[in-house]
Amino acid sequence: MFPNRTTVEDIENAAALAEVQGRSLWASARARFMRNKAAVVSLIVLILVAAFALFGGFFAQWERDFVDFSLMGRNAHLGVPSFETGHYFGTDNSGRDLFARTVQGTGISLMVGIVGAMVAVLVGTLYGATAGYFGGRVDGIMMRIVDVLMSIPFMFVLILMLVIFGRSILMLFIGIGLISWLDMARIARGQTLTIKNKEFVEVAVATGVHPLRIILRHIIPNLLGIVVVYATLLVPNMIIFESFISFLGLGVQEPNTSLGALISEGAGTMQYGTLWQLLFPLFFFVLTIFAFFFVGDGLRDALDPKDR
Amino acid sequence: MFSFVVRRLMVAVPTLLILVILSFVLMYAAPGGPFNSERPLPPEVLANIEAKYGLDQPFWKRITDYIWGVVAHFDFGPSFKFKDRSVNDIIAQGFPVTLTYGFWSFVLATVVGVTLGTAAAIKQNSWLDYLAVGFSVGAQVLPNFVMAPILLLVFTLWLGWLPGGGWNGGEWPYLIMPVIALSTSYMASIARIMRSSMLEVLNTNFIRTAQAKGIPMRRVILRHAMKPAILPLLSYLGPAFVGMITGSVVIDAFFSTGGIGTFFVNSAFSRDYSVMMGITILVGTLTILFNLVVDILYAWIDPKIRY
Repeated sequence: MFPNRTTVEDIENAAALAEVQGRSLWASARARFMRNKAAVVSLIVLILVAAFALFGGFFAQWERDFVDFSLMGRNAHLGVPSFETGHYFGTDNSGRDLFARTVQGTGISLMVGIVGAMVAVLVGTLYGATAGYFGGRVDGIMMRIVDVLMSIPFMFVLILMLVIFGRSILMLFIGIGLISWLDMARIARGQTLTIKNKEFVEVAVATGVHPLRIILRHIIPNLLGIVVVYATLLVPNMIIFESFISFLGLGVQEPNTSLGALISEGAGTMQYGTLWQLLFPLFFFVLTIFAFFFVGDGLRDALDPKDR
Repeated sequence: MFSFVVRRLMVAVPTLLILVILSFVLMYAAPGGPFNSERPLPPEVLANIEAKYGLDQPFWKRITDYIWGVVAHFDFGPSFKFKDRSVNDIIAQGFPVTLTYGFWSFVLATVVGVTLGTAAAIKQNSWLDYLAVGFSVGAQVLPNFVMAPILLLVFTLWLGWLPGGGWNGGEWPYLIMPVIALSTSYMASIARIMRSSMLEVLNTNFIRTAQAKGIPMRRVILRHAMKPAILPLLSYLGPAFVGMITGSVVIDAFFSTGGIGTFFVNSAFSRDYSVMMGITILVGTLTILFNLVVDILYAWIDPKIRY
């Protein structure tokens, strides 16, 4: 009649076992990510680069805008990187400490990349989810706008804007924000189209939840995986973009600097034998971009196993 | 097919118009103008100059005149800085240069990228595959403004093999470094996209059927696999092309090739708005045209697309 004691225990054990084995999406994603050696190493590199940008200033022996007039014009001989003078990365043309400048440049480049990605996540996801959720004519008009914006050569328009409204970090952020959300909107819309036909959305609709609330509470949390992946891949692109603009001398302005501006300076002076001016910023630029790409790839494999 | 092309054109034309209006409004809204120099001009002189360039006209007159000039005569107006040159002259001087190295970069990136990606997919997990993957990962962090100084450093400063700049009518020693600098990162992306889409196609049933029938591998790849595999690549080619034209700005700065990039940056610094607008609109037109061609190609290759 009654199930004997051992069977009950078996079932209890089995239930406990199932609990142990059952993993959430995020837990298994974390496990997959951790197995990807390149991605884990890159994550550590990224943390180190961020630490360099945040705390590197404490190790600098010189102020970043201190101009050493005794070095000016004799940079190739006296500005050589060395530990004795305290200029770990040497000095630049105006006799400023390149180590402190690189710390600052890395920080600004990272900030630009992250702000760009955040705008993309906020605006792009909301826009794409809204278009995908409502569908029909709303979707048609909203995505047509994205199409139109996408075929405008924004690099040129942004340069036009920077010239007209003055060069400032704020203007740069506005420009980058204008561009970065377009791809994200497309991706978010595509995902929303598949999510909105799931049962839990139907239930929400049937119980009379407001559409905006459905988008915010039911659609967007389910988009997060793919959004995180593309945001990580977007950061290096934004850094490259900013560096391009700064390279032309239209982006970040003195006394601020970014990796692009430093590379530009270094490239301009390499024939005078001050190679360190090019190589140190270039090293940090390449390292950062590399690490972001690998982390992004790792995240994509971890969160989106279908996409190989 | 015809109605599809017409529909796409109906999107392309308003896009172009939006671009023209956008850049004109930006220019109109600009505080200060090309004639506000450090030594202010006497008001009468300024009024005369403004009358000559039509800057004293009301907004609506100016914008309609401008659009009419662009649409009807391909006339972008006079340059504000160079008295004896029109924007058309400047474009005619710089654009052929940009188009030359842009075209070769595009060809190089596409041909090498597609070949490398396909080869890597066929010989998956061989040394060739690892080489291709390594290249496509490594090269994507080498945008043109990183490649250019490295190339200059190695081939001009250290080895002394190639001239460090100049154009000289587009002779090949002057062409090599700009083309490589411009195409490397796109080559990498194209190889990566091609590899993954080719891998996907090679695992499908119709390829297995073709192989089972005993069709030689070369023929299977070229006749059956290439067409569907190249589709995901097509949508990337539009942005890649735009990127290469935009890259002109950097290439001209490094190699003194004298393409439109030079004029664009110079006019940006000297606030020569009409030149900036002319170049922006030109590049925008090219972009839109190119995207149109890609879309039509896409519809033509992919039988699943209903138009």
